[in-house]
Amino acid sequence: MARLPITKTPKVYVGGAFIRSESARVFALRDAAGEFFANIPQCTRKDLRNAVEAAAKAGPGWAKRTAYNRGQILYRLAEMIEARASEMAAAIALGGATPAAAAREVAAAVDRLIYYAGWTDKYEQVLGNVNPVAAPYFNFTVTEPMGIIGVIAPDEAPLLALISLFAPAITSGNTVVALASTTQPYPAILLGEMLATSDLPGGVVNLLTGFRAEMIPTFATHMHLRAISAVVNAAERKALALGAAESVKRTILLKAEEKRDWFASGAQSVDAIRDTLEFKTTWHPVGA
Amino acid sequence: MLVRSPQAALQRLFDEVGSVDQIGIDERVVKYGTRSVKKAAKLWGLRTAVTMVDLTTLEGKDTPGKVASLCQKALRPHDDASIPPVAAVCVYSSMVRHARRALGNNSAVRIASVATAFPSGQAPLKTRLAEVKAAVADGADEIDMVINRGAFLAGEFDRVQDEISAVVTACGAATLKVILEVSELETYDSIRAASFLAMRVIRPGDFIKTSTGKTSLNATLGNNQVMLEAIRDFYLDTGVAIAMKPAGGIRTAKQALTFLIAVKETLGDAWLNNARYRFGASSLLNDLLRQLEKEKTGAYQAPYYFSEAAESY
Repeated sequence: MARLPITKTPKVYVGGAFIRSESARVFALRDAAGEFFANIPQCTRKDLRNAVEAAAKAGPGWAKRTAYNRGQILYRLAEMIEARASEMAAAIALGGATPAAAAREVAAAVDRLIYYAGWTDKYEQVLGNVNPVAAPYFNFTVTEPMGIIGVIAPDEAPLLALISLFAPAITSGNTVVALASTTQPYPAILLGEMLATSDLPGGVVNLLTGFRAEMIPTFATHMHLRAISAVVNAAERKALALGAAESVKRTILLKAEEKRDWFASGAQSVDAIRDTLEFKTTWHPVGA
Repeated sequence: MLVRSPQAALQRLFDEVGSVDQIGIDERVVKYGTRSVKKAAKLWGLRTAVTMVDLTTLEGKDTPGKVASLCQKALRPHDDASIPPVAAVCVYSSMVRHARRALGNNSAVRIASVATAFPSGQAPLKTRLAEVKAAVADGADEIDMVINRGAFLAGEFDRVQDEISAVVTACGAATLKVILEVSELETYDSIRAASFLAMRVIRPGDFIKTSTGKTSLNATLGNNQVMLEAIRDFYLDTGVAIAMKPAGGIRTAKQALTFLIAVKETLGDAWLNNARYRFGASSLLNDLLRQLEKEKTGAYQAPYYFSEAAESY
């Protein structure tokens, strides 16, 4: 007997829930051959606002987890992707990547998460310090997560680049609101489903899909976002820099015009973790 | 043998004041959330809501210092001087004199005190009245009392009303707010009935108030609507205008605007001021300020740019 086709409604993962855009708008996603694939939520600045609220709620709890536990959870996220690797590869292949290239990207994304999972309880030893001072004090510098980080992912390597941008931020206890690639949003939709089963508390990573032009002004000016980590063109960089100056946020802006190898080992580093940390230096009297 | 039956007493009261169509109310209030309030109307609504806030701290850990900072926040909610002060501060009766010292005698912000063994009301009437008198003597402009829910549910309506009357007398010039504690009345019918019992013995300009904020279920659009309609019907019958205060659970500006829409569409513009409508809240104020600042600057605001309000309620 012929079955009715069961097609999935893509939803974005925000605050631990799968939602449609509050605007109820969608945009059509077509595969490389031009065939209609699905309607993707066209999120708005209000969805961004709601995602920031969700991230704010999740922030303190996530930052308070032990570094070891954060590592376990990042590792668990990698496990969840690994288990559905072929499905994820098919999602990447929608954009025209060969099956082999898509599989390679999924593997690299999993490895990237494992890489940062390993760093959670180690970066403090590298980035923190006991400083020499000429008085009977301990003087030490420790790191703290900044808070809520905005991420804007590029179109190339839609999964690997997205993960490379947000993983270092959550490694240290930040929470993230990320805008996925506009042309290839489907891997981010799938990733949401994996985040949901990864033990990562809801709201730590919030993924939006939609058009950059509608959301970049809000990414730039939102006072609650502490930093923006983005791959953006010249006009977007200007908008983000201006807005960030007004709201005093850090910008880590990679140029979309430049070719970037997301697979390279240089695309992952402890420096990327440092990008979304604040440093706190404390004087403490030496005990008798 | 004839026995006293609370059910029969309640039924007689329902027959007298009319019952509530629960489905109708629930459907009606869902519609309020669909109104689109933007730009100038939104600004007006937000500012009006600020002027309607009873900024509240009702915790065992309240101190004179904490009340003093609450009063400062009430007078000057934000560093933007164009933002008006709130309607009142709402504190425990033992804190009234500290609030009076912080606000001075000619303050734009009134002092409301919960009294009558808030939140349970389970104290002898004499004790409750003494608390009201003490709060008024210490400088309270408004008294928030709780009704005797036990007596209400037992069908002893005369006792409920007599106690409210006694508190009215004890209040003197102070405005009275009668807390029905809707979550303990259980049905819309009971809320309407209790509203009428209270309205018949309080004075024009006195309030009926949803809840103490100390139970699981607080002000909802539904029970707000039931009470607004009771006020409307009572006004149409008697010409006496009773004011309304939802309290507890109203935390966001969006919620507050939706409540104001309910007021506008049920009672009209005459109730859209702080003599006739209040919000019992604490965290609401900062969200209103955030949204006002957002309307002014165009940028979404972070909560930490606003001074801390009391975290209770």
